[in-house]
Amino acid sequence: MTSVLTPELTAHWDERDSFTLAGYRRAGGYQALPKALAMPPDEVIGAVKASGLRGRGGAGFPTGVKWGFIPQGDDKPHYLVVNADESEPGTCKDIPTMLQTPHSVVEGAIIGAYAIRAQLAFIYVRGEVLHVVRRMHHAVAEAYEAGYLGTNILGSGFDLDIVVHAGAGAYECGEETALLDSLEGYRGQPRLKPPFPAIEGLYACPTVVNNVESIASVPYIIANGAGAFAALGSEKSKGFGIFSLSGHVTTPGQYEAPLGVTLRELLSLAGGVRAGHRLKFWTPGGSSTPIFTHEHLDVPLDFESVGAAGSMLGTRALQIFDETTCVVRATLRWMEFYEHESCGKCTPCREGTYWIVQLLHSLQRGEGSDADLDKLLDICDNILGRAFCPFGDGAISPVVSSIKYFRDEFIEHTKHGGCPFDPAASTLFAGSWRH
Amino acid sequence: MALTEQERARLAERAAEIISRYPKPRSALLPLLHLVQATEGFVSTDGIAFCADQLGLSEADVTGVVSFYTMYKRHPVGEYHVGVCTNTLCAIMGGDTIHADLRDHLGVEGDQPTADGKVSLERVECNAACDYAPVMMVNWEFFDNMTPESARELVDGLRAGADIAPARGASRLVTWREAAMILAGYPDDQATTGHTAAPPTLAGLRIAKENGWTSGTPGTARSAAGNGTESAAGSTGSGNGGRQ
Repeated sequence: MTSVLTPELTAHWDERDSFTLAGYRRAGGYQALPKALAMPPDEVIGAVKASGLRGRGGAGFPTGVKWGFIPQGDDKPHYLVVNADESEPGTCKDIPTMLQTPHSVVEGAIIGAYAIRAQLAFIYVRGEVLHVVRRMHHAVAEAYEAGYLGTNILGSGFDLDIVVHAGAGAYECGEETALLDSLEGYRGQPRLKPPFPAIEGLYACPTVVNNVESIASVPYIIANGAGAFAALGSEKSKGFGIFSLSGHVTTPGQYEAPLGVTLRELLSLAGGVRAGHRLKFWTPGGSSTPIFTHEHLDVPLDFESVGAAGSMLGTRALQIFDETTCVVRATLRWMEFYEHESCGKCTPCREGTYWIVQLLHSLQRGEGSDADLDKLLDICDNILGRAFCPFGDGAISPVVSSIKYFRDEFIEHTKHGGCPFDPAASTLFAGSWRH
Repeated sequence: MALTEQERARLAERAAEIISRYPKPRSALLPLLHLVQATEGFVSTDGIAFCADQLGLSEADVTGVVSFYTMYKRHPVGEYHVGVCTNTLCAIMGGDTIHADLRDHLGVEGDQPTADGKVSLERVECNAACDYAPVMMVNWEFFDNMTPESARELVDGLRAGADIAPARGASRLVTWREAAMILAGYPDDQATTGHTAAPPTLAGLRIAKENGWTSGTPGTARSAAGNGTESAAGSTGSGNGGRQ
């Protein structure tokens, strides 16, 4: 029987000491590192390219290609930065990865730094999850003691230091150039590209910024070969990834599967939508990816298929909402988030998110009109593509997609003179639907 | 709140250590602000002047950075700072009700602390634990699958000085200032303590094991994980998504 789920990154999460060096080693950890250090760095880059691994932080850019952009033979220091600032609404895979197997991130970072010839790497971890900060510091300290970090690592002549750096609360710092500004001690605002970080990144030096899950996938690729990774997944979306189910689902949680699995398959494993209810809408990859409905249950969750169906794979953050949920309320709350988190650098994003929130509030109160929906779409159209970073494009996703699929529900609020939904019916404590 | 001479001297020692971790001193600004917060409980004008002084920056420059990041507070908060996630998914799953209920229960406005200084309340954005919604944070540790009742019990316990452990996190809940010290890069000794793999974290792994599913990669058959399995208690097969 075909395996619907393929635990690799998550395979040892249930072991009591999975987060320690001893536990990680017992699970086969740190076997990729000596193998990588015995390869010429370009061969390591080649293996990651051949695996087809695409960035797991949302954008899906090929990781090996990114590494290959780092100029070699220049006289500048190179840096590897692990983006551990997981904050996209709905996304909750990197935090458990770092809690359960922080050494997979450390081992991946050492291999990545060796490949791009960096001698200093940073793990920029979100400040709002204290135990992750502890676990990452602990793993790095254990790696130093074991000789996996420091000078002449495993006798290879390669030197590397890793600094764990805690953020201070700003969604925008998940964007790679804003993260670099933040790491340099500034407000976390994005930079104009080009130059890309590979040419001018941290301290204007060649820098690779990789997501936690991308980096954690590297040891598997080196240990088992690019072919093993590429054997899973779909044609252009190779390998496995963690899918995070949340909301009105019987068994929420982390499900690791080859890219291309469908929500229908995942929901059937997760006990389906909350008993007695039906799927209304869902996000394939966090709030910045246009919502889907029951029509999209069979869309293969890979980069190409989700894109062709009008959304984005993003971070595989599958937030499930049943028919008790008011789509206007959901959209308004997401927009309040974007308004709050807009870094303020670009006018269309800063002002546009503010205007959208005002209009949605009025619609939610039943004081809106049909014309307001057109105005909303017009504002969205004027944000799209008009900001330094993808924040603005992401921010309009819930608005445009919810009007596309649920225009009548917005109008219903106006007719009803307010929200026709009972928010109590959507809560975890409405009856006892999970035991 | 003015920093005493002694405090400044001790902070300056730590600041030098932090600055030495980075190729360029200014990179130390975020950890330095966490350090100041660990001393003062918030970032005062004095704290800003201290950071500016250490890094050769203007106070205006440092103030601009402080105001950008939500974790830095410009006024005292509670010894236990409570965050209720009210981003869309948690809000709909009950976060809005919990937040409104706690605000009434505590009788607080905004993120001002209770009169005893014990607890302050804040609405937080998505804290990356959606499979445990609705989620609350206390000093940045997880409290999962909350209800209005469990939330009230939690804050009452915090105010009464009860022994409280996070749902997932260290076994001992630290204070607001202790948490800031960890964020500054000085972790306590609790990294290996606590329970972190509750049923949602292990949901897919449990199902894969029940079905004998693997990636098919030779040599990585991971089903024989007999050692110290943490899931035994939680994996009742009931599809339980909540805290036991």
